Amino acid sequence: MNAKLKKNFKTGLRLAGAVVLTILFLFPIYWLFMISFKTADEIYAYPPVWWPESLQFSNYAVLFKDGDAATVGNSLIVAGTSTVFAMILGTTCAYSIVRFKTGGDHLANWIISQRMIPPIAIVFPVFILYVWFGLVDTYFGLILLYTAFNLPYVIWMMRGYILDIPISLEHAALVDGYTRWQVLWKVIFPMCRAGLFATAIFTFVFAWNDFIFALVLTRTEVATYTVQVTHYFGGQSNFWGKISAMSVLGTLPIFFIVAFMQKYLVRGISLGAVKG
Amino acid sequence: MADLRISGLHKYYGSMHAVKGIDLEIPSGEFTVLVGQSGCGKSTLLRTIAGLEEIDQGTVQISGQTVNDLAPKDRDIAMVFQNYALYPYMKIFDNIAFGLRARKVEKTEINKKVDHVSKMLSIDHLLDRYPRQLSGGQLQRVAIGRAIVREARIYLFDEPLSNLDAQLRDEMRGEIKRLHKELGKTMIYVTHDQIEAMTMADRIVLIRDGKIEQQGTPSDLYDRPKTKYVAGFLGSPSMNFITARVVTQGLGYGLILENTAAQLKMPENVSQRIGEYLGSNILIGIRPEHFSLNNESKPEDSGTTIEVSIDLVQPTGARTYVSFKIGQVTAVAELNPRDIRQNESNLTLNVDVNRCVLINKDTEFSI
Repeated sequence: MNAKLKKNFKTGLRLAGAVVLTILFLFPIYWLFMISFKTADEIYAYPPVWWPESLQFSNYAVLFKDGDAATVGNSLIVAGTSTVFAMILGTTCAYSIVRFKTGGDHLANWIISQRMIPPIAIVFPVFILYVWFGLVDTYFGLILLYTAFNLPYVIWMMRGYILDIPISLEHAALVDGYTRWQVLWKVIFPMCRAGLFATAIFTFVFAWNDFIFALVLTRTEVATYTVQVTHYFGGQSNFWGKISAMSVLGTLPIFFIVAFMQKYLVRGISLGAVKG
Repeated sequence: MADLRISGLHKYYGSMHAVKGIDLEIPSGEFTVLVGQSGCGKSTLLRTIAGLEEIDQGTVQISGQTVNDLAPKDRDIAMVFQNYALYPYMKIFDNIAFGLRARKVEKTEINKKVDHVSKMLSIDHLLDRYPRQLSGGQLQRVAIGRAIVREARIYLFDEPLSNLDAQLRDEMRGEIKRLHKELGKTMIYVTHDQIEAMTMADRIVLIRDGKIEQQGTPSDLYDRPKTKYVAGFLGSPSMNFITARVVTQGLGYGLILENTAAQLKMPENVSQRIGEYLGSNILIGIRPEHFSLNNESKPEDSGTTIEVSIDLVQPTGARTYVSFKIGQVTAVAELNPRDIRQNESNLTLNVDVNRCVLINKDTEFSI
């Protein structure tokens, strides 16, 4: 009986710990959502208002009325398209490096080193180039840069997943009558599906969350939501309602993607560690 | 007509010379086993036939057509892999149908063929499952099914049984042999297991260090090995090699086994061949089963017996293996268990001198 009591106590303690941690992590998100639904008075009120008297949608309404919400669309277009490009290019590159030893043994290491360059170090040279080529403030310009910047990450990750695929699976398909491209499509992709999804999610999130490239390389046409948020910080006052509403709009797509793809995400990350 | 003709084939991996000039002809419908130790180049040879490895020098012809630059898919071959190479995300049916789909076979035809093959291999009840739900033996059947459903010109097997346990291996050996009989197709089978080679092959090609050491029927290689390597490779336990000096004996020649007083009289046909070695050392190779127990000494046995003291007795049921020393060398004899009395420490053994192999000590070629 005593042992059982002790066990219950331990379980309870663990549960309490989990609850405290969850609250700690969720509080900023809760606070962000709450601010977006508050009136200006409530935002500045002291003591703070934990739950607004009535949920105000005016902060969102303004964003849609002024067209600011379109910047979330820009983010979606730029991050989505560059993710697709980076995944296609990166996976084929990784396959080539793994199967045909393209670039020798160390190309992959060199490639990943490119990903470690701080964005701020390259953004101004890129800006000057883009001015010459007329790519500033265009979708193509941002998509090109995000694709290039994410490519090393995709190559590196996909290389690991492809290395784990037994070569005999490919050989079997080649002998059975498929071409290299068909093998890529029918064997490699299905075999590393979880890895593909996990990598794509991270690639998308990198582009989605980018601020520095978008800030320097956009003006008005293709400004992403991260850039748009900064417009609400004024010299005189900050529009906290708009800032938080915009931030919520920017958070939702990631929230849904991660929620729906959680299965792949977890499996993709742990792939290689535990086979099967 | 030769279904497969390989001439002057070389393959390098960087500075490693894996295949060193192989010439080989495989007649249509034959079951050929490429056998050799791991790393001897036999699997590389098989993969060059399949087109999975590029050829550095030489030609591979299938039915008279040079296929050096042909993609694997255009060579009309089917292959079974050691690790089964089944697609984990496909059901067994789809795994078997995979190759047919590549060749755009009609759906009803695919169903018919998969059905036929799966019944032939008794895997028809597994078609709805995934590979992870099957045992090793079942997986290998599926892998074989995937190959034979294709009706290719040549079937290649790359150590298909080495992942199975001993009992299953015996079973599958018979099964593959039976399939070959039923289908009558050209099959090339790679293994490091000499028992598989001996039991299955119409013809064995023994490969050593990237070259063909000897090829022929199993009994060719077993009874008339060309080199010491071949003699030692085939047979289990392997052949006993004992150094012996050639001396004159009667009208012919005899051999004095090194570090012993034992002298073996060579029969006439053997004597003719060893005359030139008179006074020098050669190797005599005696297979374990070529020893027999000499219970009552008969006059015709004179000169072909040796006295040994038993080191170790290993009964296996059907046969008993007895080890003993001949001079410095540990030798093994395979004897009838009923012949060996308990607590016996000395034996007189007959040596079947007509069947032993004599080898030039320097060149290691048989005499």
